[in-house]
Amino acid sequence: MSIPAEDALSAAAPTPATRANGEESIAVELDGVTKRFGKIAALDDVSLLVRRGELMTLLGPSGCGKTTLLNLVGGFLMPDDGEIAIDGQRVTDVPAYRREIGITFQNYALFPHMNVAANVGYGLRMRRVAKAEIARRVADALALIKLAGLEDRKPRQLSGGQQQRVALARALVIRPKVLLLDEPFSALDRNLRASMQVELKEIQRKLGVTTIFVTHDQSEALSLSDRIAVMAEGRIRQLGSPDEIYRRPIDRFVASFVGDVNVLRARLERIDGAIASVALGAARVKVPSRTLQGATTGSMVDLFVRPEELRPAEPGTAVAADGIVAAQSYQGGHVDLYVDAPEALSGRVLLRVPRHEGMSLWRAGARISIALAVDEAIAFRPA
Amino acid sequence: MPRLPSQWRLRLLGGVTVSAILGFLLLPALVVTLAAFNSRAILSFPPESWSWRWFVKALAYDDFRAGFRNGLIVTGWASSIALVVGAAFALALDRYEFRFKRALETVLLSPLVVPHFTVGLGFLILAAQLGMARGYGVIVACHVVLVLPFVLRSVYISLRNLDPRLELAAASLGAPPHRVLTTVTLPLLVPGLVSGWLFAAILSFNEFTASLFVTAQRTQTLPVALYNYVREYADPSMAAISVMYIVVTATLLILANVFLGLAKVLNVEHPR
Repeated sequence: MSIPAEDALSAAAPTPATRANGEESIAVELDGVTKRFGKIAALDDVSLLVRRGELMTLLGPSGCGKTTLLNLVGGFLMPDDGEIAIDGQRVTDVPAYRREIGITFQNYALFPHMNVAANVGYGLRMRRVAKAEIARRVADALALIKLAGLEDRKPRQLSGGQQQRVALARALVIRPKVLLLDEPFSALDRNLRASMQVELKEIQRKLGVTTIFVTHDQSEALSLSDRIAVMAEGRIRQLGSPDEIYRRPIDRFVASFVGDVNVLRARLERIDGAIASVALGAARVKVPSRTLQGATTGSMVDLFVRPEELRPAEPGTAVAADGIVAAQSYQGGHVDLYVDAPEALSGRVLLRVPRHEGMSLWRAGARISIALAVDEAIAFRPA
Repeated sequence: MPRLPSQWRLRLLGGVTVSAILGFLLLPALVVTLAAFNSRAILSFPPESWSWRWFVKALAYDDFRAGFRNGLIVTGWASSIALVVGAAFALALDRYEFRFKRALETVLLSPLVVPHFTVGLGFLILAAQLGMARGYGVIVACHVVLVLPFVLRSVYISLRNLDPRLELAAASLGAPPHRVLTTVTLPLLVPGLVSGWLFAAILSFNEFTASLFVTAQRTQTLPVALYNYVREYADPSMAAISVMYIVVTATLLILANVFLGLAKVLNVEHPR
């Protein structure tokens, strides 16, 4: 195991700049990986390529297999079938301690009997790095996560956010080939979570370390990721950029899991090759036809529309649906309106309106006409 | 508030009851302690005049000295062997799934069910068959069987409280299994190991019933020596021995509590 004597944490992975040159290479490769627990396949024939330096999020509800996938990459589990490679080398049966990966756990798993410096330096001691070098790299790592001066504290003397930083420093100081983050922010309160997310993103970009991030929080996934793999029932449902996942969900599951969405009953008017036209009340909207395979013209389809893609209809515009405001929820910058409308599959439509408008015009009980704010959306055949 | 007087009375009644129970628990120790300082040569209560002479006599009595030494030898070996064996079994029970796991658990904990005299008698018969002449070996073996369940329990509970993610984190940082064991697992198990050993040592040192079967004149432990003494004499030197017993055991337990209390704090991961 050779330890380059360059600056602490300056990872060998290319920066995003070199990625942009088209010099893309693969850091983690999963090929047909299956993992069964008893008769249940926690992961079912999953293949995935993680690019070097990217932040890949595994997003899904609990039990979807995302943590199993993380544990397989980390070497804590062995697959029943398929192969795993890191940096082009097959590691399927290489144990965790020889994989050169960094991991942080949901509860941080800091060693309670060691102080901060010993925790961060643990991986370097296991690599038999010289003492002076360890001291220097630990100091650099603590400076990076802004915890310099807390070297002698025990984990129990730190706040949740500080423990999180120490866990991150401990994983990064060994210059891992891949950084694995298992629900890293779930134990933090809301304000701290947001600032830690920004900080993580900064550090990840600065070091250019390939990162696999596991979460069930879709907003976290959308804001942090280079790419997202949405998982359900042991399979990857959709892989794409946050924008693709949000705006072009491949199926009903992805569309409902990522972001808030209204499902409205609409009529399929016609199909023109890749584009179909759907009518909702007097409004018309274009949708991709590939998600409507087998639907006949004139039949009812489920139109998926985000809350921000709806607005109160102004005089003269096409009305998509009429309803009565059931409740409003003040959100600071905007107001969420819950509108009872028969077109909605759930009976209720969510739309976002500007604060002043929401507070003055759309009190509970008010009649409201809803229009589409976009001319493109997505539709699926009824479930 | 009309209920107040009756609440006050209830509280008084509770206090009196608890004190009575505590007093009842401590009564034997109190009586024996007072008897130990009696200057007269009979076990009587309350004493008429005070003296240290029975302590001096007890400490000088050859059988007690030998019994104490034998007890230390047996206890040292038995609790240490039980600690190693018990820790290994606890690890196996905690970490691995295997056939007959429940059966193994039952067998390992069974000495809690089997009476001590049965164990003693069993070892006596066995030792006679093997011609082991009732040496230290058979006493140690007998005590290992008797204290093993307690050690096993103690270590098992500490293992259960150990977050497996700590070991995974260590492995991810490049620690091979034996270094995970020495740098993470064992240091965090120390409280469980120490308390298990201490528990075993106290039980073994006080063990009488089984020891009576498997000890000989040459190897008798302190409780057996005391028994042999009381069959012939009835002076307060036994009470003096009892007092020393209580003081030493209590000191050990207090030390352990201080030590383990600190250790428990060390083990808390997220004090919120």
